[in-house]
Amino acid sequence: MQEDIQIHLTVNGKPHDCSVSTRKSLADFLRQDLKLTGTHVGCEHGVCGACTVLVNHQTARACLMLAVQADQCEVTTVEGLANADQTLSVLQQAFKESHALQCGFCTPGMLTTLTELLAENLNPTEDEVREAITGNLCRCTGYQPIIQAGLLAAQRLRALGEQAPAQASTLTGGSTR
Amino acid sequence: MKPARFQYHRPTQLHEALEMVATLQNYKILAGGQSLMPMMNFRFVMPDHVIDMNRVSELSGIHEDPGRLVIGAMTRQHDIHRSALVAKLCPLVPEAYDQVSHRQIRNRGTLGGSLCHLDPASEQPCFTSALDGEIQVQSLKGQRTISIHDWTQMYMTPALESDEIMTRVTLKPWAQNHGWSFLEYARRHGDYAIVGVAVLVALDASQQIERVSISLCGVAAAPLRLSALESSLLGQRGDDRIFPEVHQHIEAIEEIMHDSYNSSTYRRHLAQTLTARALGIALKRALMVH
Amino acid sequence: MSVTRTFEAYAPPSSLSDNERPQQYIGSPVQRTEDDALLQGLGQYVDDLKLEGVLHAAVLRSPHAHATIDAIDTSAARLMPGVVKIYLYDDLPESAKKRLPVLVPNPAIKQVMTQEVLASREVLCVGDPVAFVVATQRCLAEDACDAIVVEYQVLPAVADCLHALQASSPTIHSDIASNMAANVKMGFGDIGDAFAKAAHRVRDTFWINRGSAHPMETRGYAARFDPATGDLCVWSSGQTPHLEKKNLIDVLAWHPEKLRVIINDVGGGFGPKVMFYPEEALVAHAAHDLGQPVKWIEDRREHFYTATQERDQWWDMELALTAEGKILGLKLIMTHDNGAYLPWGIIMPYIGVTTTPGPYVIPCIDVDLRVVYTNKNATSPVRGAGRPQAVFAMERIMDKVAHTLGMDRARIREINFVQTEQMPYNNGFIYRDGKPMVYDTGDYPQCQALALELADYENFPTRQAAARQAGRYVGIGFANFVEGTGLGPFEGATVRIQQDGRVTVLTAACPQGQGHKTIFAQICADQLGVPMSMIDVITADTSTISMGIGTFASRITATAGNSVYLAGKSVRDKVLALGAFLLQATPEDLTLRDGVCFVKSNPALSKTFAELARVSQGMPGFSFPPGVTNGLEDTQYFSPSQSTYCNGTAVAEIELDTDTGQIKIIRYCMSHDSGNLINPLLVDGQIQGSIAHGIGNATLEWMRYDEQAQPISTNFAEYLLPTSTDVPHAQLVHLSSPTYLNPLGVKGAGEGGTIPAAAAIVSAIENALTGTGLFLKEAPLTPPRLFEILHESGFFKAVHAPRA
Repeated sequence: MQEDIQIHLTVNGKPHDCSVSTRKSLADFLRQDLKLTGTHVGCEHGVCGACTVLVNHQTARACLMLAVQADQCEVTTVEGLANADQTLSVLQQAFKESHALQCGFCTPGMLTTLTELLAENLNPTEDEVREAITGNLCRCTGYQPIIQAGLLAAQRLRALGEQAPAQASTLTGGSTR
Repeated sequence: MKPARFQYHRPTQLHEALEMVATLQNYKILAGGQSLMPMMNFRFVMPDHVIDMNRVSELSGIHEDPGRLVIGAMTRQHDIHRSALVAKLCPLVPEAYDQVSHRQIRNRGTLGGSLCHLDPASEQPCFTSALDGEIQVQSLKGQRTISIHDWTQMYMTPALESDEIMTRVTLKPWAQNHGWSFLEYARRHGDYAIVGVAVLVALDASQQIERVSISLCGVAAAPLRLSALESSLLGQRGDDRIFPEVHQHIEAIEEIMHDSYNSSTYRRHLAQTLTARALGIALKRALMVH
Repeated sequence: MSVTRTFEAYAPPSSLSDNERPQQYIGSPVQRTEDDALLQGLGQYVDDLKLEGVLHAAVLRSPHAHATIDAIDTSAARLMPGVVKIYLYDDLPESAKKRLPVLVPNPAIKQVMTQEVLASREVLCVGDPVAFVVATQRCLAEDACDAIVVEYQVLPAVADCLHALQASSPTIHSDIASNMAANVKMGFGDIGDAFAKAAHRVRDTFWINRGSAHPMETRGYAARFDPATGDLCVWSSGQTPHLEKKNLIDVLAWHPEKLRVIINDVGGGFGPKVMFYPEEALVAHAAHDLGQPVKWIEDRREHFYTATQERDQWWDMELALTAEGKILGLKLIMTHDNGAYLPWGIIMPYIGVTTTPGPYVIPCIDVDLRVVYTNKNATSPVRGAGRPQAVFAMERIMDKVAHTLGMDRARIREINFVQTEQMPYNNGFIYRDGKPMVYDTGDYPQCQALALELADYENFPTRQAAARQAGRYVGIGFANFVEGTGLGPFEGATVRIQQDGRVTVLTAACPQGQGHKTIFAQICADQLGVPMSMIDVITADTSTISMGIGTFASRITATAGNSVYLAGKSVRDKVLALGAFLLQATPEDLTLRDGVCFVKSNPALSKTFAELARVSQGMPGFSFPPGVTNGLEDTQYFSPSQSTYCNGTAVAEIELDTDTGQIKIIRYCMSHDSGNLINPLLVDGQIQGSIAHGIGNATLEWMRYDEQAQPISTNFAEYLLPTSTDVPHAQLVHLSSPTYLNPLGVKGAGEGGTIPAAAAIVSAIENALTGTGLFLKEAPLTPPRLFEILHESGFFKAVHAPRA
């Protein structure tokens, strides 16, 4: 009875044509079918945020989307956030300098969530960064370093934007624009 | 925690979906998926059929009709939250959405989905109730309109027949110079409200309450309009004398729901506290625009 | 009490002291080497492993807290799509049919109850594994679980640890006589005398519930058997690879040299992943039995049911004091809800009761510890390991003493502190490491003073009065703790210079986010004069080092860190000895820099590490010169003589919304002393992160069961973890009292933020309610519960109608 459906989607800028089980979540599809294991599964009920990806530039819980629902969509995962030359993006670099990760399990979701924030607001207040990540649980860092990283990244992106506005918009992360 | 098997349907037009709901047994509508998918992952629900409404684009959209704000059932909560039109006509609504879950959930979740899921703690039925919303549903047999006040059949069950699909919500905006407030108490930012309240108030030329709407969530299966309190507030000025009335009216509510985490005594107290605070804020806002 | 050092304290190596190295890594806030991969989604958590042909497993679990199994029918399930095999108890090898061992036994445990790999007949808690289904996909395995029919005979369940001790209570298992797992009485001094001459006696009962650790990554195991070699490799999301290996060998009756446990990236541990669980045995057995790799990944719901937790404890505590407030004695009856099994013995409640004295002089203590079985999930240490409860009870009762005697809360503590002149100080107990609980170093008065100063405690009354005028309730509370860290018996490390000149550090330490690889590279780099980029650190692979204990209990920097230091130092000596021979110089003439050994006075005379390593591999038939041995490598297992005690003080300033019971933390301050710090950036991260767990314990996390011992809070909407808006930026001040117990002078730092948090926060809530006469003695103190307390006390009648 279980049908497989053909879907076409772009993941981190790369097109994929796949046959996928209709009950498979987007998270499981990314991890198992595309071997992109950077998106993590922490709860499977939409609370922890470890599975957060960008679907058509908007954050979504990959554990609450069926893979078939991503048909015709543009998906960005953590693997798509680094610079084109595989160096760390401004946001990723800020995380490293701020010690914003310990075990790293929540980190992909934090990165995609902050990528969305910075794409919309390059001058967030500390409260705005803090609020942006309320939907992402972290059990290691106590959040403050992540917030610091978000603010640091925003500051650097603004500086880059002042130097080269067109370039800065691509630096909020990978293929999100 | 993987869902049980189901047959997946993906209509692109409303009439396809209407045919499905008329013929299929044990189906679930998949709207935003933010409430349904967790339940399916836990196998709390195991539908034989899942009808994915996300391709039925005619059910998305926000527009204004004379004296009406019309929102398609499949409109994303985030889009409503950030809509300039909604902010202008019904500022209560974006304030409520500030407190609805998290951005990732609002990006996918829909107003229709929330109204059909009908969690008593949910903010969306609550503001719909305060705004005297009407819900349009459709079947192969035709359309009908159901007032939000008649929408809750019982706990988490809307008055939707099995062959009907909700298509849109119509809210009735208040005149521009009204005050509003949406307040809730939740344990953490973005959690479901334990109790929430939506308040709208309008003052007349002598700054007396000419119209007021107060709706509570988290106290009953349906959002609770405090009609008796509303009536007693009419004609009064919005000063400290009205707050004991708020307290008494809510004290007089016979049945307030409870669960193993939050007693009815607690919910009642929250309702009193939040209603008083929200009324205070709404009145201040009404005075500012007066 | 005199102190004998048996080794030299760490000092930067003399070969580096001539300013040739601009930076010393030890003590520097170096960025982590782990991060690049993790930031790009290239971590290798157990579910990320790409194993060709892997099968997926699911576990059918008991829905009852106590029942016997009359029949299991797998006939329909076996025929379902994708199902490869279903295991029941009878399908297990004989070696796996015994109950799992108590990993930390204690003769005080009179009745031992541990998990079975699969239920033989009687299930003792919701979630007990009954069947193990292996299929081609996880969803298909779950479908098959749904099709297995089990006939249960439901038996009465024990749901409350106090009721469990009553004669009328059912027992958790049909074959045991009582629910008392262990009753440990301990103490010292003449308690009767202390209480007889006391001018004051202050008593109360405290209830503390903690939940589980809930790392963001659940448990998981994968295994692969190679029939060509007979090797079984098991990957795990665990904290103790050698412990897992040891238990797998026993449970599977496997040859020790043919079993390897590898733990790659772990998404948080915090204690429960230390244990050896039935599912690991099942995965390993199935991989061998089926000849295909098998993987089982715990889902979050299962984690709620089966990953060990902490839970209810009741602390009935009484202090005897002089008229001035000096403590004469302490009486304690502690009742601990153990759950149905004790895989970690009674360590966690034991740590709790022995932590009670904290930084105070208590000449006389009498403890009655009751560890009680209930039909709930097993308990074992969760970050803080029983100490948060002890600190809660002790600090609450100290506050009560202060109030009773009309003294300032800081003052009552000051007059009872162990003073620096008294260090090292034996608090009278035998610690869980079997040694006298001797606090090695620490300045408790200074620690409290600094924290209170940071928090501007002195001026708080003014802030509080102003707030009250405006109708707001603000409060301040604080708590002190002393924590035994750096547990033995050992954690080893090998340092090896490879033939390409790179350096490898190998250790059984098992990181779950602590940054081990970074700090071991720092320590090793400083010994060998190389940049960190020349060092590769391999952790948690049982094939690389023969013995190990694991990462838990804030033990690794003090043990493995010192092993890396000692091994690195030893390898440096070998490099210098071989270099001296080859360069015809003396070791004192040589210096090491960036992987090159050269003569100081003539730098053209040099040998690279690669060259030296190749020489040290040996030329067939040729002897080594005197003073030179084979290999530029060494393995050290640093074994501390006892635990080393870190300490700290937490201060919380809160605002309480009395109408909702919700608090907002206005300011959170901590002073913290972990001796020397290898990497201050990482230590600050541990403190901030562990404070978050503490905040969870104070007002949010409550693992709830009903009267049939059914777990109720089994999802993240009901079991509340702190989010970003719940955890403020903690302000920290560090003290440094290095220990003499290890060469690096380091202590543990991973749990200090958690331990005093609930005590400080609840003290602050009570302080906010000054004037109500309320004494708060439970944690978590959730808003609905606080409301109930206020309501029952008549608080709302006394206050005006809710303000707008």
